Amino acid sequence: MKIIVLLKRVPDTEAKILINQDGNGIREDGVKFIINTYDEYGIEEGLRLKEKVGGDSKVTAVCAGPEESTEVIRTALAMGVDDAVHICDPALAKPSPFTIAEVLAKAISEEGFDIIFCGKQGIDDDMAQTQSILAEKLDIPQVNNATVFELADDLSKAVLNRRIEGGDEKVEASLPVIISCEKGLNDPRYASLPGIMKAKKKEIRVKNLADLGFNEAPSSGRSRVLKWLPMPKGGECKMVEAEETVDAVKELARLLREEAKVV
Amino acid sequence: MKFEALDFFEIEKSFNEEEVLIRDTARKFVDREIIPGIAEQWEAGEFPLDLVQKMGELGFLGPFIPAEYGGAGCSYTIYGLICQEMERGDSGVRSFCSVQGSLVMYPIWKFGSEEQKKKYLPELAAGKIIGCFGLTEPDAGSDPRSMTTSARKDGDGWVLNGAKMWITNGSIADIAVVWAKDEEGIIRGFIVHRDDEGFSAPEQKHKVSLRSSVTSELVLEDVRISADRELPGTEDLKSPLMCLTSARYGIAWGAVGVLQSVFDEALQYSRERIQFGRPTASFQITQAKLVEMATDLTNAQMMAYRLGRLADSGAMKYYHVSMAKRHNVNVALEAARKARGILGANGITLEYQTIRHMCNMESVHTYEGTFEIHTLILGEYLTGLSAFGNE
Ligand SMILES: Cc1cc2nc3c(=O)[nH]c(=O)nc-3n(C[C@H](O)[C@H](O)[C@H](O)COP(=O)(O)OP(=O)(O)OC[C@H]3O[C@@H](n4cnc5c(N)ncnc54)[C@H](O)[C@@H]3O)c2cc1C
Ligand SMILES: Cc1cc2nc3c(=O)[nH]c(=O)nc-3n(C[C@H](O)[C@H](O)[C@H](O)COP(=O)(O)OP(=O)(O)OC[C@H]3O[C@@H](n4cnc5c(N)ncnc54)[C@H](O)[C@@H]3O)c2cc1C
Repeated sequence: MKIIVLLKRVPDTEAKILINQDGNGIREDGVKFIINTYDEYGIEEGLRLKEKVGGDSKVTAVCAGPEESTEVIRTALAMGVDDAVHICDPALAKPSPFTIAEVLAKAISEEGFDIIFCGKQGIDDDMAQTQSILAEKLDIPQVNNATVFELADDLSKAVLNRRIEGGDEKVEASLPVIISCEKGLNDPRYASLPGIMKAKKKEIRVKNLADLGFNEAPSSGRSRVLKWLPMPKGGECKMVEAEETVDAVKELARLLREEAKVV
Repeated sequence: MKFEALDFFEIEKSFNEEEVLIRDTARKFVDREIIPGIAEQWEAGEFPLDLVQKMGELGFLGPFIPAEYGGAGCSYTIYGLICQEMERGDSGVRSFCSVQGSLVMYPIWKFGSEEQKKKYLPELAAGKIIGCFGLTEPDAGSDPRSMTTSARKDGDGWVLNGAKMWITNGSIADIAVVWAKDEEGIIRGFIVHRDDEGFSAPEQKHKVSLRSSVTSELVLEDVRISADRELPGTEDLKSPLMCLTSARYGIAWGAVGVLQSVFDEALQYSRERIQFGRPTASFQITQAKLVEMATDLTNAQMMAYRLGRLADSGAMKYYHVSMAKRHNVNVALEAARKARGILGANGITLEYQTIRHMCNMESVHTYEGTFEIHTLILGEYLTGLSAFGNE
């Protein structure tokens, strides 16, 4: 079984994000980058599937991103992924989901695939579009927000739970399929020391746009990011003071009704 | 409060990709598996035993041991980084790693027979069995040559008698590497099993330092063992001292983890703690303390880093290790005390990492060669004159 896991290099969840002067990116100095946390669930699920199916199953990571993405690719290899494709081209700086889905579709088709795991969204820009566009381009079903994944014994279809408001939805999808993973699907393993030592010898196939048969970066679709803005400052905090608590509560209720107009 | 490791001189940039990856794994492991429960375990005087197999799986136990014996066959720098991160969690966990890796696996690897290596090393590396190292005795601490535990030849095997004290992991160990004097007064190493007749390992309680580590006596009463339990390749006191050099190396790195932890906690706390209408970090006295801590941390970090490179190029000598252990642990203890003060009354509670580190550092200052003993080692090396007092 040929398993593809997608991974994206994103700033650490704990990193202090500052927008650069032009408003078209973040200041990267001193920022630690990690594998998109939702992609980690995909990697883990891919590895578990390989362990379960056995035989000549193989997990290949596909990452489109700048040169520095090698570190997160290496982490995935250290977790147990067999090899990786790194799509790297200066023309892909700040790409749109459309562009990325197009190049991913090409690279993944060249690799061959039975199942694709990815995160439900990138924790950096929260677009959550790439996987759906990719499904469309590959003409395969997509199941998003998976919290339980199982493969039918004859390997023909996947049975999944999707987390929705207030409960789960049970879904079945025929293979090949792309599954976007939600927190809770599994507990991703660590990149172990023996794994890291082994990862050194694993292959990362670097491909630029020309290698994938593109003359230029594919179209970015019909929407476009104009600018990034810092988080708006929170409003002024007003302290309600009174000698008796009861009076303070009354005053608060009045303010909520008359000034904030929320009750 | 998210931990941020100060790296003032950008030493990170001198580490290769593999070193950074394993450091990141270890850091994540500490954040997820150690920090959440350690204060409670420390207070209860318990070692987090459930971590052992996990650390084994991740390759944290004896990482420098070659892959053919179950290790990861990695560099000493990587071993150092693992110690640094583990000790940022707790010195008890780092002590476990030091004992298992440097004091049990290392001597079996260096002085053991091929059969012994094949038998013990893979299980020790995987965390399936636990080891301890018995050198210190009630009447022989800084001066291990004066030990009285004896090994008498008995037919094909040996009979061991004596008592060891302050032995990390003693009561939880499956095997003990015990050092004893033969009839000619030569120190030899033996592998004693937990269930060997005449052997027991009662735990030493009531510690106020290194509480999340097991410390025990080892009692040996006519313990009869076969010849294949002796480590055949030892050379008197030099052999246990080689083990100590390896462990002290890891401690020099571990102290950096403590420094990073207490500095970060003091910095974050004092920036938010308002007294006299201003953050306490805005007062000159606090700043002087923080600057001192940051400088000590940076010094310690550079010493550890350089020590790692010396070790990996084969140029590391015992005196390099002595200086780094002596300096780094000493400044870590001082920094922990300063940080404790900056935290005010909060600093005396286990809600914060600092006082735990501060108490732990008292043990680390004493074991693996006390601060004074390393002063004497370095003094002798520099002057050519011994000040130990025996001769
Ligand atoms: C928590 C903990 C865990 C330990 N784990 C182990 C273990 O796993 N295995 C093991 O074998 N041992 C272990 N030890 C023992 C440790 O190595 C000894 O405590 C250490 O070597 C010091 O010996 P001592 O305690 O007998 O002190 P002493 O040797 O009695 O020293 C007391 C003081 O006198 C000073 N002193 C001694 N000689 C001189 C001198 N010539 N000149 C100046 N000052 C001197 C020392 O620096 C020290 O300050 C552990 C100790 C602790 C606290
Ligand atoms: C065990 C215990 C028992 C106690 N019992 C009592 C009690 O019975 N009754 C009671 O009222 N209180 C009690 N206290 C509280 C104690 O008096 C306070 O902890 C002490 O006044 C310090 O205040 P703090 O802990 O808020 O630290 P902070 O005031 O926040 O000080 C933190 C650090 O900042 C430093 N600092 C503060 N201001 C400055 C400045 N301007 N310049 C330079 N450095 C500065 C301090 O020296 C300290 O190192 C007790 C505390 C403890 C630990």
